[in-house]
Amino acid sequence: MTRFKLTAIAVSALFLAACNDDDDPQVMEMEEMMEEVVPVTTTYEVTVQNITYGQPLSPIAAVLHDEGQLWMVGESASESLEKLAEAGDASDLIALPVVLASAQSEGVVMPGTSTTFSISIDDNAMSNLSLASMLVNTNDAFTGLNKISLANLEVGASWSSFVGVYDAGTESNSEVTGTIPGPADGGTGFDMERDDTDFVSMHPGVVTRDDGLMTSVLTQAHKFDQPVAYVTITRTE
Amino acid sequence: MKAPIFNKTNLMGTVLSLSALAMSKSSLAADIDIKVTNLTQGIYFTPLLVTAHSDDLSLYKVGMAASEDLQKVAEGGDISGYTMTLSSTTADVVENPAEGLLAPGMSVETSMMTMDANTHLSLVSMLLPTNDGFVGLNSWEIPTEVGTYTIYLNGYDAGTEANDEIINGGGMPGAAGIPVDPSGNNGTGATGVTMEEATQVVHIHRGNLGDDDIAGGHSDLDSRIHRWLNPVAKVTVTVK
Repeated sequence: MTRFKLTAIAVSALFLAACNDDDDPQVMEMEEMMEEVVPVTTTYEVTVQNITYGQPLSPIAAVLHDEGQLWMVGESASESLEKLAEAGDASDLIALPVVLASAQSEGVVMPGTSTTFSISIDDNAMSNLSLASMLVNTNDAFTGLNKISLANLEVGASWSSFVGVYDAGTESNSEVTGTIPGPADGGTGFDMERDDTDFVSMHPGVVTRDDGLMTSVLTQAHKFDQPVAYVTITRTE
Repeated sequence: MKAPIFNKTNLMGTVLSLSALAMSKSSLAADIDIKVTNLTQGIYFTPLLVTAHSDDLSLYKVGMAASEDLQKVAEGGDISGYTMTLSSTTADVVENPAEGLLAPGMSVETSMMTMDANTHLSLVSMLLPTNDGFVGLNSWEIPTEVGTYTIYLNGYDAGTEANDEIINGGGMPGAAGIPVDPSGNNGTGATGVTMEEATQVVHIHRGNLGDDDIAGGHSDLDSRIHRWLNPVAKVTVTVK
């Protein structure tokens, strides 16, 4: 890639040398064209550590975008976020029109473990990063990062943060058998019906049958508190 | 039952703000926007009291007994005690910016032109339904540098009332019980979670317990709806 870049600079320099007027519109146009064929890649290495006791995280979805955000507290969840939060299925989320680049971790991130993967974008070091992942032993809990600007992150530099847990508000936190897709239940994931608050909020936590909710399929092992994950972003190029 | 009080903007506060505005050119007064977001899924905030005040003043202190003013807020959502107390100081006060309850997931924005010496920002509001839970920001130093600052707030327990979780309209200081669940998701006929309030100082709220028995059980609250995890609020302060 570097070689092409040098070539392009050489060509535009040559072109400039042949003209006396720097402001010549033709020269400007030519330069822009040259830059377009030489993509400058920005890559972020994303590490997500699951710091819960018993909540596997669905494959972490990462997206880079200039516009929009994946969710907003107080606003109704999009259907793509609903699928992520109820079923751990990020396929619609990463296909959103605003998404410029996307990547996913190799698989589920088990409690006490971490995963690292990379996401790259060409000719755009200013885009925002968002992450999303389901706490799979819940009705519709998810964690993530919403529209984090990495414009000031230099190559080699890192940014870290604990991240919290949200409730998509799309499915009642009934905890009953058949409603939770994770290994605690093996129940249904995505269901179009919205029988909860229909707005995104922080998650109130799970109750579990060990805490008196006898209809719950969950146990004390599935309880969690804030934060649920630790994220580190390193810009590698 | 004593309903939460919904005060109109305090006249004194308005006058003070206007005079601060007039002096702002030659003073260190801060022009700030404050946005408060209720991050919970099922807990309402009663009318907020927001104040910019001097360094030596505080609305509450963790580990210390609650003042009568705080008790009024935490047990019944009544900010009139604080309003009265603060009116005898030079504090800038915004009362009830949401004009009523701030529902789960909702936000409210307000602005303040603070006077010179009022370098610290505080706010309080009752968490409803709880016995004596409140959300608080305690003497946060307002930055002098222009910018947007985000603060996450926790839920506190005033330590003034047993968390029996019985909804009986009890909102007066010293009266047992919870005034109301604005969402109407509560049960009735609970026997009570506890009769005791052993830690009688301000502390981090241990959360509602609740149950799934709408016609009895220990609690009138619903364990699937009325619990929360910290933080309960997000405050965004824009210094202009």
